[in-house]
Amino acid sequence: MSGISKIKDRLQVFLIELGDISYFTGRFFKEVFKRPFEIKELLRQCYNMGNRSLLLVGITCFIIGLVLDLQTRPTLMEFGAVSWMPSMVSISIVREIGPIITALVCAGRIGSSIGAELGSMRVTEQIDAMEVSGTNPFKYLVVTRVLAVTLMLPLLVIIGDAIALFGSFLVENLKGNVSFTLYFNQVFDSIEFGDIIPATIKSFFFGLAIGIVGCYKGYYCAKGTEGVGKAANSAVVVSSLLLFVIDFIAVFVTDIFYDL
Amino acid sequence: MKGDRNISHPDIVLQIKDLYKSFGDNHVLNGFNMKLYKGENLVIMGKSGSGKSVMIKCLVGLMQADSGLISVMGKDITTLTQEALDILRADIGFLFQGSALYDSMTVRENLEFPLRRHSKKKHKDSNTEALVLEALTNVGLAHAIDLMPSELSGGMKRRVALARTLILQPKIILYDEPTSGLDPITAKEIIILMQDVQKKYNTSSLIITHDVDCARVISDRMLLLIDGIDYAVGTYTALSTSEDPKIKAFFKH
Repeated sequence: MSGISKIKDRLQVFLIELGDISYFTGRFFKEVFKRPFEIKELLRQCYNMGNRSLLLVGITCFIIGLVLDLQTRPTLMEFGAVSWMPSMVSISIVREIGPIITALVCAGRIGSSIGAELGSMRVTEQIDAMEVSGTNPFKYLVVTRVLAVTLMLPLLVIIGDAIALFGSFLVENLKGNVSFTLYFNQVFDSIEFGDIIPATIKSFFFGLAIGIVGCYKGYYCAKGTEGVGKAANSAVVVSSLLLFVIDFIAVFVTDIFYDL
Repeated sequence: MKGDRNISHPDIVLQIKDLYKSFGDNHVLNGFNMKLYKGENLVIMGKSGSGKSVMIKCLVGLMQADSGLISVMGKDITTLTQEALDILRADIGFLFQGSALYDSMTVRENLEFPLRRHSKKKHKDSNTEALVLEALTNVGLAHAIDLMPSELSGGMKRRVALARTLILQPKIILYDEPTSGLDPITAKEIIILMQDVQKKYNTSSLIITHDVDCARVISDRMLLLIDGIDYAVGTYTALSTSEDPKIKAFFKH
């Protein structure tokens, strides 16, 4: 097979998959407003995804806060601008680092778990069993999971941001003897609604992408244990890549609004 | 190949006419025909990969046939809307080969799941509890009501799956390899259970199996699926004494 025909085949597969994911997303929006609402299952998923990701998000963001401060400090000291540290760190964390790091952690933790769980349900015919009993597996399995991750991610981002800022404060307190009140006064002076709102909106889309990709990969998983592994793996890879694309679009759009 | 769509014989609860299904160049079903009469046990046998599972999945709408007629209680399922198909599905029970119990739910929740969610058969909470207990008692597993599927043996899982199938009180039950993977004693218990269920609920059963003993005990009629068609139909005695080498091959021990 020649190189060009290989590229053509891959492009075809990519476009087919893109079409399938678009249809899947459309079906999600169609089903989400339909009764019955699976409130109990939604809350269970929110607990699973939110509470159980909290420790991982917390540790990651805490370390990111420490590292960001430690690495930036010497450069700012050179210019005698170390007092700007809280402002710089808070803007970087709230606008960009907090949302993207939290989303990447969740893509690994939640995306893979959704892909593997739905994949093994598909392989063991549990989804087929739901379908033949006349219930709607899409509503019960997909809508609840996508909704849960979409709602939980912004909350995790807010908590992650706070923990990262606390990590940065610890460095400032130990190295620069900066008090808690002074540090956080400067943080809140420098953060505006224009920083928080776009980051929160972006986080919803991050959650939606992780949920849709994870569910799609699991729901249409190929037969066999290899299929489950592939579903979990590609859920993480595709959603992580998608996060950067969404991030770029979000920054681009936000920039346009700032210019207006 | 959509031919005669007017199937009104009162005793036929399920009928397949000229069913074709291919996967690329692999022609799995090549004009398959079948009738299931009210209250009968029809056993379908065929080699692995002969299309039995494809046929049964087409029958409940899990797979789309290329062409042909599939009629369940007089309704052509290939022309039904999703909503109408879901309502009809309450009358068809499906026992999966691997039991397909929802492994994140207890036995009780497994049985409650179709009951609470099926649009046609929603029950009040008190009624649900009674129905769950009744179904579990019928399969001799009332004591396992709060266990997780991972805590059950293969035979128990199959019984719970049967209880879950019975809870919507279907008129037709489709069994996909009901005794596969079970030891001979448990397999025999499952066969007896299937007979009891048939008597108690007056269901019609379509049983896909490789187990000749199961076929001998339970079948009213047998159908051999060979080369994608209904190669032979008849009673166990008639088929097991046939001189046709293709048929004989199924009954060699």
